[in-house]
Amino acid sequence: MKEVKCDCGHVNPFGTKICGKCGMDLGSEQENKLIDMRYEGSARRSQTYRKTVIDKIWNFFSSVKVGVTLIVIALVASAIGTILPQEMYIPSTVTPAEHYESEYGWFGKVYYELGFHNLYSSWWYLLIIGMLGISLLVASIDRFFPLYRSLKKQGVIRHDGFMKRQRIYGVTKLDEQDIDLDKVKTELKRQRYHIREEKGHILAEKNRFSRWGPYVNHIGLIIFLIGALLRSVPGMYIDKVVWLREGERKEIPGTNGEYYLKNNEFTLEVYDKGNKEDQQYTAAIDKTGTIAKTYQSDVTLYERKGEAIPGEKVGLEKVKDYKIKVNEPLKHDHYALYQVDYKLDELSTMSFNLINKKTNEKFGGVKIDLNDPKKNYQLNKGYSVDLISYFPDFEFDEKGEPRTISKIPNNPAFIFKMHTPDKPEGEVSFVAIKETAEPLGENTYKMAFNGVETQDVTALTVRKDLTLWILFTGGIIFMVGVVQGSYWNHRRIWIKRKQDEIVMAGHTNKNWHGIKRDIKKAIESTSLSEPKDQLEEEKSSTKGEALNG
Amino acid sequence: MDKKKRRLISRTIILLLLGAALVFALYTNFTKDKNDSLGKGSDAPNFVLTDMKGNEHKLSDYKGKGVFLNFWGTYCKPCEYEMPYMEHQYQNYKDQGVEVLAVNVGESDYAVDNFITKHDLTFPVMIDQGREVENAYRVDILPVTFLIDKEGKVIDIITGALTEESIQKHMERIKP
Repeated sequence: MKEVKCDCGHVNPFGTKICGKCGMDLGSEQENKLIDMRYEGSARRSQTYRKTVIDKIWNFFSSVKVGVTLIVIALVASAIGTILPQEMYIPSTVTPAEHYESEYGWFGKVYYELGFHNLYSSWWYLLIIGMLGISLLVASIDRFFPLYRSLKKQGVIRHDGFMKRQRIYGVTKLDEQDIDLDKVKTELKRQRYHIREEKGHILAEKNRFSRWGPYVNHIGLIIFLIGALLRSVPGMYIDKVVWLREGERKEIPGTNGEYYLKNNEFTLEVYDKGNKEDQQYTAAIDKTGTIAKTYQSDVTLYERKGEAIPGEKVGLEKVKDYKIKVNEPLKHDHYALYQVDYKLDELSTMSFNLINKKTNEKFGGVKIDLNDPKKNYQLNKGYSVDLISYFPDFEFDEKGEPRTISKIPNNPAFIFKMHTPDKPEGEVSFVAIKETAEPLGENTYKMAFNGVETQDVTALTVRKDLTLWILFTGGIIFMVGVVQGSYWNHRRIWIKRKQDEIVMAGHTNKNWHGIKRDIKKAIESTSLSEPKDQLEEEKSSTKGEALNG
Repeated sequence: MDKKKRRLISRTIILLLLGAALVFALYTNFTKDKNDSLGKGSDAPNFVLTDMKGNEHKLSDYKGKGVFLNFWGTYCKPCEYEMPYMEHQYQNYKDQGVEVLAVNVGESDYAVDNFITKHDLTFPVMIDQGREVENAYRVDILPVTFLIDKEGKVIDIITGALTEESIQKHMERIKP
């Protein structure tokens, strides 16, 4: 592990391929015509130190091969995860094991057994992504600092071997006349090259910052990854749904009881041919029937005052009224409420009149709140009705007995006992929508249907995402890195003045055409001969050989 | 050599930090599902509800006693199935320091009263009108029973209908 001293006197770290200062070849194992300029031939730490466990781990993550392998694994796994629906999207009526097997056969079974049904939160998937993040960071550290240092320390005067093995290389013999390099300098300056001079030798360089592009890009990616991982931290991300009837006020789920919301009104507006403003949509309406114009929930937001435990009467303070529409969420304190669904005309009350079946004489009416019915309703003097049973969402079970399948009044049914002066013990009547029965014999009286009231129900998504700005920052930095690295090129031109010749060499990290054009322009007014692209020459010469042979 | 030592230290620190971040990410993700429901061993969220007889029940007042906290609805068949067993075991265990609290998921007084009469329930039954207790306990599927020990910790969460035998076993677990 010795440091390497170059002939020019510069001391390089072990593993350096090209002297950081003069560019002399220190690697000496390669006999290629052109020099490998990657990372300026500087010593990547990972390749040189192999001592402790920490160094070994470091080297593992620093390896590009490892990084690429991780990317490929992550890509393939992510793709496989999309073949069948993930666990959260399958019906919850059967166990996942049964579902995958019955639905997709042996493939589904294998899929489930291998854990692909819950891929994106499985420990090994996260481990791969996490390792990818580590690899990204370690590899960047390992390459950025040596590269930065060698570009900072680079000398103006380069070794002859270095110059000769650059892709762009040219020699101009000086016969009698001398060549004025000042013209070249001026022209290069005009092209925004920074000129460094030493003993009449020149280094012109521009856009070095474009070399940092990949590292900036990696930093952005890592920030993005951190943001994505933070989603699973409690309190950072909430995604819930709340259903609210008109007039109902409820705690907003996910806010720990801090906020309450009241639905004042829900409106569904459709485009109307009769309306002058909407006449331009006539053709579309004719084609598809009804077209929704707005879904709107008029709500009031309340905030809890002071501490309260669930179930306790809480003091609420009105925060604001708001009209929630699609794409116009109610935003407050990092929470956002989006219009997501609705239900029109849910039954809220039902009215009946007690009448004599023969004479149709009325003895008063009842209005039953379907969400809060009473046991007993008093009618005209001497007349009353007991509600014996109430089924908000009625159906007959397998034994033929009436029951309710939910608490929502989708299909209400009632069993009434009607007390009248001539039937004081009461008559029993079963009343459902479009259905009445008199289970205990023929009745004199009946509960005649007298209308309903309905209300709309709105569904809102409760969303909180504190990771969004992190993802956004990461994304922007990522893009800055991409732009920095791809829209500018790091170009360098070396001009070495020797006794009877001037040697020119050029290097760029991409866009060789660009640097050639820069050089051509710079030497236009001088008698310097234009340097050649050695790679192209090599290509054409081998092509020629192939043709001849 | 000094330089090498410094490098080793900085590498160790960076790798430790990254490793810690990875472990943290795996841990939070692993416990995410549990955050969405209440975890076993966590403190039972306190609440206060008034039962159908007008008595107020505050969970924290039952410290020192085991609490068999059941969430149910009249429309839910398995809830109805386990009610008589709960009533029966309540009679056995109420003098041994086990309290049964049956929280209805916001139905009408009428429906709940009828249900109590039908099944002759004597343990406190209360309606969670605002669904706040349900939210606090992250109730999803009915019926669900939270076994709360005398320290006020949730020791187990059981979804689905319970048999009389299993109810007795669970009461035994929370008996102080």
